[in-house]
Formats: sequence, structure tokens, C-alpha cells
Amino acid sequence: MKSILIYGYGNPGRQDDGVGPALVEALELWQAADGVSVMTLETNYQLNAEDALTVAGHDQVIFADATREGDAPFTFRRLLPDTAVSFSTHAMRPESILALADELYGKSPKTYLLTIRGYEWEPNEPMTRGAVANLAAALDFLKLNPF
Amino acid sequence: MARKIIIEPVTRIEGHGKVTIHLDDHGDVVQSRFHIVEFRGFERFVQGRPYWEAPVLVQRLCGICPVSHHLAAAKAIDVVVGAGTGHGLTPTAEKIRRLMHYGQIFQSHTLHFFHLASPDLLFGYDSPPENRNVIGLAMANRELATQAVLMRKYGQEVILATAGKKIHGTGAIPGGVNKSLTTAERDSLLKGPAPLNADQMVNWALGALAFFKDYYKTHKAFVDSFSKFPSNHLSLVRKDGALDLYHGVLRAVDADGKKILNDVDYQEYLDCIREEVRSWTYMKFPYLKHLGPEKGWYRVGPLARLNTVDFIPTPLAQCEFETYKKVTHGKPNDMCLHTHWARLIETVHAAEMIRDLLQAPDITGRNLVSQGMRHEEGVGVIEAPRGTLFHHYRVNANDQIEMANLIVSTTHNNESMNRAVNQVAKALMTGAKEITEGMMNAVEVVIRAYDPCLSCATHAYGQMPLELSLVDAAGNLVAQRRK
Repeated sequence: MKSILIYGYGNPGRQDDGVGPALVEALELWQAADGVSVMTLETNYQLNAEDALTVAGHDQVIFADATREGDAPFTFRRLLPDTAVSFSTHAMRPESILALADELYGKSPKTYLLTIRGYEWEPNEPMTRGAVANLAAALDFLKLNPF
Repeated sequence: MARKIIIEPVTRIEGHGKVTIHLDDHGDVVQSRFHIVEFRGFERFVQGRPYWEAPVLVQRLCGICPVSHHLAAAKAIDVVVGAGTGHGLTPTAEKIRRLMHYGQIFQSHTLHFFHLASPDLLFGYDSPPENRNVIGLAMANRELATQAVLMRKYGQEVILATAGKKIHGTGAIPGGVNKSLTTAERDSLLKGPAPLNADQMVNWALGALAFFKDYYKTHKAFVDSFSKFPSNHLSLVRKDGALDLYHGVLRAVDADGKKILNDVDYQEYLDCIREEVRSWTYMKFPYLKHLGPEKGWYRVGPLARLNTVDFIPTPLAQCEFETYKKVTHGKPNDMCLHTHWARLIETVHAAEMIRDLLQAPDITGRNLVSQGMRHEEGVGVIEAPRGTLFHHYRVNANDQIEMANLIVSTTHNNESMNRAVNQVAKALMTGAKEITEGMMNAVEVVIRAYDPCLSCATHAYGQMPLELSLVDAAGNLVAQRRK
């Protein structure tokens, strides 16, 4: 059986920025309720170098993140390794994590990026209605589509 | 025609910084300014919230060093609940907090060295930026990069064991902690299967330090001269003068090593520190009150800490500290790139501290919380990876926070970073006819040495490109370059 990692990242204290971790929390509830345990579920504020090790341990990966742009409710696309990184230590792009996993561990899991449209990013407010609706649509999409 | 050069990292959300270099009609650098958009709304946001929420709420401020904010807020609220300042906690609670903090220092310093410093050292500061990162490092030196990943992972495991979870940890609570380590957690971190155990982390930290020292042997002139300028230095120190990143008193020394702030209780920080406002930036400029803004500005962070302390209380780091201090004959070190060296000595110290704390019998104790007489106000200070972090709260009779004041390390270093950028710009851009990649890299390198926090609490999918714009005196865009 394929090992699948679903990794939601963002800051839940900053409104819609937390939609990635919220998706993973919803999947945890779904797995618990249905007795399903086919997925590894992971969350963090941001991606960083050590995530290459986690990614390398799976056959298939879905990163879930918020986005300020693009189509609602979400977009879903294939992701390929890319060695370009930002100049600061403050975050790594998922493409960079894949490149690092490939370089260090020789692993290139089939990877997708699920970007869920968000609208507001203020501290500690609940997610906007729009983001909640987009999250629900993304959740249904993941449940119905075996990848 | 007078020109203005702007180097601007553009983020998707609110946080960003840019460098503006002003040239006169002759092309000479007349002034450089490093702008950071600092997120200040948080201090208003916490007003009215119950004080016991503060240690969790403040983690919303930053997705990079949430543990530092978590612990600084908890220390401030300890004072409010009568648990004293620093040493009023139960032995188990203090050790768990220290373990959490040194885990954070270890993983943050590791990231800085492997992601920023070592690629610069391996490939050279003039090499293409696409090489100068941890992926470039992996391509050139797989062993070092693998260590980087596993050291980061170990630090994260320490944080997870002490804070309870990766996002919005709840480990530190007013007056103590809400969990200690189980025997299984302690054993796993202390002597887990190689390589994820405390001894291996100490060895790899020493290896990273040796890597830097090898580089220094052959590049001494460059490392010593790049962005060197005198300054004051400030940090917490333990009462006996030892390096202590969790608790202590405030000490500052001048460029000659003379104490100019002599081991002051940080509850009285407002008597010692002021913040100046300047019209061109939202970020304030802290200074020592009795010296004024012109003479009282200071640096914080690894370089400053190893200038203020008398010794390091772990043997391997102390040995390295003695070697490091010989370079400046015991005087304060004002060489910007020596920050990397200081950071690596602190990494060794953090690894030793983690190992020592894990071996303490009461790390698995069950006496977790202490409280005493309620107070209206509390200040918590901690040495975060990038420098001294202040949290100050005042609480009303209804247990609501009515005032909050935070001074983060990037703010403390504001004057120093501006001076550093100005020095590099004057050295490389005076009389220049065009902006080369090397010039951009040099400005970037000096900023990276401080690794300022660019207010990136929010994330969202996207990049943080570096953009350089050349603007004439009339505000017209003459040229633009992005990488």
C-alpha cells in the first residue's frame, strides 16, 4: 500500500493563514471516525529543511497551504523539485523541500500542492466564511479522490 | 543626478524589508537605510485578553521563534502570579522550560549555520545565490547537509516533548509548566538510537564549529574586516557572569569592554532603555537611557552575548570560548562575520545544556507549578536566538491585560544593522556606475549575519524574492533587478 503524507502548514493564529493545518485537523477527525489510517498527517507553521526527511519517507505527498491569489475554492496541481530558495531562513518552499529530499535521500515522491484560497490574515480572528467554505470543498475533494 | 538604490525583499503578506542607498550627484554613497516593516498591532491585540492566555497568544506573533515569545511571555506572567522572576519556579518547571529554550536555540542556530552561513563559506560570498543555501550545500557536501536536517529534527523533537505540540505549544503556563518529560521521552532524547541522541548532537555541533574554524584559517583577513565597527553590546548574563540564555540580569559593555549597564534587574528595564522614533521607519531605535541615542545604541545576539559574559558554564563551549576570545585579546569582538563563530559556540553550549538537563533526575518530576502573591505588572526577558527579547504586561483587577510592550531582538539591532549596511555600501558602491550582483550579495550577506526577523508570522504560498531598484532623484525608476 502506498504511504501518503498530507502536510498542512501555516499559522492558525492569523485567520485564513491557518487553513492548511485546519484541513489536516479535519482529516484527523475523519480518520478517527471512519477508522481509516492510510495517511500520515503533519502540520507546522512553515516548512523547513528537516521536512525533507519526512517527505522522503512517503510514496506520495500532498502539501496544503493558504493562498491570497488564484481561483476559489482551491487549486490542486502537481509539484516538482526546484532548487530555488528564498534568501532568508524563515521558510522553505515545498518545491525546495522536494529538491532536498531528492538530493539527500534519493527520494522523489509523487507530490501535489493544494492551495486553498484565503481572504484575511489578521491575528487571532477566526477564519473567514469564504475560507471555511473553501476548506470544506477541499476536504470533500481529498476524501473523494484517491491519489 | 542624485540616485537612490533600493534592495527590497518582497513578501506576500505584511512583513518585508528593503535597503535604500542614496547616492549624490557624483555617485558617492551619502546614506543607507535598512527598512523593516515591523508588526506592532499585536500589542493592541492582546489588550483585554486574560493574562493566562498570553504565553499561547504571543506565538501568533511569529512562526519562526514561537518558543522564544512563549517563554518570554510566561516569564512575565510568572511575576504577575507571584512565582518570582526566573528562579521562583519548581526545579522541574525551570528545567523543562530551559530544555525547551535550548532546543529552540539549537535548532534555530543550526538552521542559520547550514542554510545561510556554511553555503557562503563553501561557495564564496560572490557565488550565485542559487548555490548559497541548504540545497546547494546538499549538492556539494551531502554529509554536512544530512547533519543539518537531523540536527533540526532533533531540536524540533526537544520542543515537541516540552511544549506539547509543534503549533501553539502550551508547555509553559503561569508559574510553571503543564508537563514534564516521561521516562521514555527523556531516554529517547538522551540516548535514542543513533544519530538522534544528545551525544551525537554535541559531536555534530563541534563538527560545524570546526568547519567554520577551518574556513577562518584561510580567510582570516576577509572575515575580520567585513563590516567591522565598534559598538556597545547588551545581553542577559547569569549573576555570576556566566552565559545563560534563559535567565539573568541585564549587562551592557562598551567597545572597550567597560561595563556601562552593570547587572541590572530587568524588571527595571524602563529605567535603563529608551526607544527612539525616526520619521523614515516604523521600527524604533532602542538605546541606553543614560548615554542617549547617539552613544547608547547597542547590538544584541550571539556576538554581543559572547562580549558581555565572563565565561560559559559548559566545558566544551568554554574551551571554544577561550580560543575565540584570544582573537581579540579578551576585548569585545566587533567583527560582524564573527557572529557566525559566536553562534556556533552557542550551538555547542545548547547541545551540552540539553544533554545535562536530560540527565537531571527532576526532569521527570511532577511538581510543576508555583504561585504566590498576585502583582499588577511583570516583565519577562529571554535571550532568543537572535538576541534579547523583552515582554512587559500590566494586568487589571479583572485579570485582563491592559498594557503590553514587546522589544524584539531585530529592533535592538536596528541601529547596528543600518550602520553595517551603510559601511558595506560605502565600501562597494561609492563611485559605482552600475549595481553588480556582487554588490547585492554583499548587502545581503551583512543582513543575513543578523538574520533579522521580517515579521513573517503569516506564510501563504509564495516566494520572497530579492528586488533591487534604481530610482533617480525625481522618483523615476532607472533600473530594476530581481533574484
